[in-house]
Amino acid sequence: MIKNFRQVCRFALYQSALKTNSFQNLSKRAFCYVKHHKTFNDNEEIYTHQLSAASQPDTIPTFRVIDLQGSVLAPQYENIPDEILNKIFDTMVQVEEIDTILNMTQRQGKISFYMPSFGEQATTVGVGAALEFEDLVFPQYREQGTIIYRGYTVRDMLNQCIGNIHDLGKGRQMPVHYGSKALNFVTVSSPLTTQVPQASGAGYGYRLRGENKVAATYFGEGAASEGDWHAALNFAATLSCQTLFLCRNNKYAISTPVVDQYRGDGIAGKSIGYGIKTYRVDGNDALAVYHTVKEARNYIVTNKAPAFIEFMTYRIGDHSTSDHSVMYRTEDEISSWKSTNNPITRLGLYLKKSGRRVFDEAKDKEVRAAIKKDIIAALKEANEQKLPAWNTLFEDVYDQLTPNLKEQKEELRQHLNEYGEHYNLQKFASN
Amino acid sequence: MLSKILKKANKVQYANFATAKYRLAKDIPAGVETQHMNLFQAVNNALDIALQTDKTACLFGEDVKFGGVFRCSLGLNEKYGTDRVFNTPLCEQGIAAFGIGLATNGVTAIAEIQFGDYIFPAFDQIVNEAAKYRFRSGNQFDCGSLTIRTTWGAVGHGALYHSQSPEAYFAHTPGLKVVIPRDPIQCKGLLLASIRDKNPVIFFEPKALYRNAEADVPVMDYELDLHVADVIQEGTDITLIAWGTQVRVIQEAAKLAKEKLGVSCEVIDLQTIYPYDIDTLQKSVNKTGRCIISHEAPITCGVGSELAANIQEKCFLRLESPVKRVCGFDTPFPLVHEPIYLPDKWRVFDAIKKSVNY
Repeated sequence: MIKNFRQVCRFALYQSALKTNSFQNLSKRAFCYVKHHKTFNDNEEIYTHQLSAASQPDTIPTFRVIDLQGSVLAPQYENIPDEILNKIFDTMVQVEEIDTILNMTQRQGKISFYMPSFGEQATTVGVGAALEFEDLVFPQYREQGTIIYRGYTVRDMLNQCIGNIHDLGKGRQMPVHYGSKALNFVTVSSPLTTQVPQASGAGYGYRLRGENKVAATYFGEGAASEGDWHAALNFAATLSCQTLFLCRNNKYAISTPVVDQYRGDGIAGKSIGYGIKTYRVDGNDALAVYHTVKEARNYIVTNKAPAFIEFMTYRIGDHSTSDHSVMYRTEDEISSWKSTNNPITRLGLYLKKSGRRVFDEAKDKEVRAAIKKDIIAALKEANEQKLPAWNTLFEDVYDQLTPNLKEQKEELRQHLNEYGEHYNLQKFASN
Repeated sequence: MLSKILKKANKVQYANFATAKYRLAKDIPAGVETQHMNLFQAVNNALDIALQTDKTACLFGEDVKFGGVFRCSLGLNEKYGTDRVFNTPLCEQGIAAFGIGLATNGVTAIAEIQFGDYIFPAFDQIVNEAAKYRFRSGNQFDCGSLTIRTTWGAVGHGALYHSQSPEAYFAHTPGLKVVIPRDPIQCKGLLLASIRDKNPVIFFEPKALYRNAEADVPVMDYELDLHVADVIQEGTDITLIAWGTQVRVIQEAAKLAKEKLGVSCEVIDLQTIYPYDIDTLQKSVNKTGRCIISHEAPITCGVGSELAANIQEKCFLRLESPVKRVCGFDTPFPLVHEPIYLPDKWRVFDAIKKSVNY
């Protein structure tokens, strides 16, 4: 590829610029496009005279730090500060309580839709703890654990689920489509996997600007079957994006079990094929999750290249409040996970056994009761708020109102003036 | 010759110019320094200025690095480096999504889809994501610094997949802007405006004009207003509306109508397909009382349908004949039958004749 002395110099300059991130100051000559040059080389491939199909590589092992009883298997990975570990545990409990009550709230018709994250709290809360706050997260939808860890409150959640005037999303999206610029959490959208290649682009932006941040993106194992997933990994690998891929493999995409989703070695097996640094971890083991994310993140900012983590977990709850999962899986299967591999129980057992936290059963009950009380109060408050004013419907389609939107807004204004009584307008804030 | 012009253009330090903004190309003052360019050179020149004046801007797509299959990015990799002008894997949904992600992260993203015909794999990312990003997040996040450039329109022998005009699919999507230029001067000004607009823009470049349309293009950094239709030729008897390559066709038809029928046509280039400039169209049709809309894309649910309906609603009392659409037929774009598929000047001329005799 490099043919003469001048090109050697340019290449060297380019390399040093890569290291020092000093592109802006570098002479443009350093970048001169060199024609691709790679002549035939018979040693480039390994030839065989045995005709056979390639065989499946060994199954990628799953990294685990604590066992099902909370005993430590890898003591060198206990080194998480007490403060963080306790925050992880508290947040997991909080997320479980919120999910329980909001699921019920939907059943009572007080919110239109909900998606719980039962069984996956160690994954999402652990990721929240291990990422830097400045890392931009591109979520799928079952990652309330991450945004709550960052400071999203139950009030924020309820405002969004109800879509009232305090909802940052201005009441435009379905419940659980959270997003917060202040918390570096990109707004959820329903189309699956679309966020994944976007995170590749955002991760490229960090490398371009020489920032030690990562764009982290979540998706389920079902979403990894979408074309966008393949685009995302290939782009991130070939363009050296500072992107962290986070796959929650919870065994189901709505009713579809993984056996109908893929036949290879999970999602991690595919990731390796794209030339991406790949980890597989026990998603119900908060310590393993935390360390894996820390290591993967460190790999990304050090090497200016993407990394991939597959979290092996189980979706204990229904897919959503519109789903009844015993239609396609047995109660037995669900309860086997819930009772023997529950992420909150496991971390609790570890904290107790290691003596890193003193549990007081009565106090824990009090904490859970207080969370519950707070959620119910927040729900009442959120429900009492007005919905965003009718004219906000036309805002943010573009940065400014376009002529057709101005015209349509005026048309609606006149209509509401005359027929307003038919539209329950008192629910909406005044303009 | 081409490389000479480019070399000369590349020597100019655009950062020394402040961006000049004009409503229309005809508002650019006479006497500014110009250079003779064809359409692909005007695109190249606009991209050069965009990259030079905005240090965060990136240009990417399939085969962009060596100069692009239509030469639009010639010399830009050499000038701005592979981190800013680069090839992507061959995957349109990836290109659009990557651009959205860059834009969300504050980078000016100029994505290229090699042919408009191949934009459909990216349809979900463009329609469900790019267009709705700002609205659905309550203006917390947006991808307004994304521009998707792609080629557009008939080219003589492009058949089904190198000829399409997909603007109507995107004009049905609130949140997007759709822009199509007709010549190098418009192209440069509208492209720079699109890149700098705070909304995602799809910029269709009529590939038949890359080497066929030439003009003396101002060297400076200038933008032309989006949302403004350009009245190219004033007239009193009938309004003709088109965009892109088809503007030439209606201009020729207008000339024929003048010569053979003594009819005075008002010729309008819509320029921004969505959101479009209904005021200019309305003003014109209220004056002439007749209207013909012409586009290469199939007639059913084409942009012409939208314009015809809106003009009918706004100009009902002034219309003296039905608004007529002269468009491609409701077939896929053919190979050997291209000359009889396209709404050429004779079909437009015939429509003018029938309209004035109605």
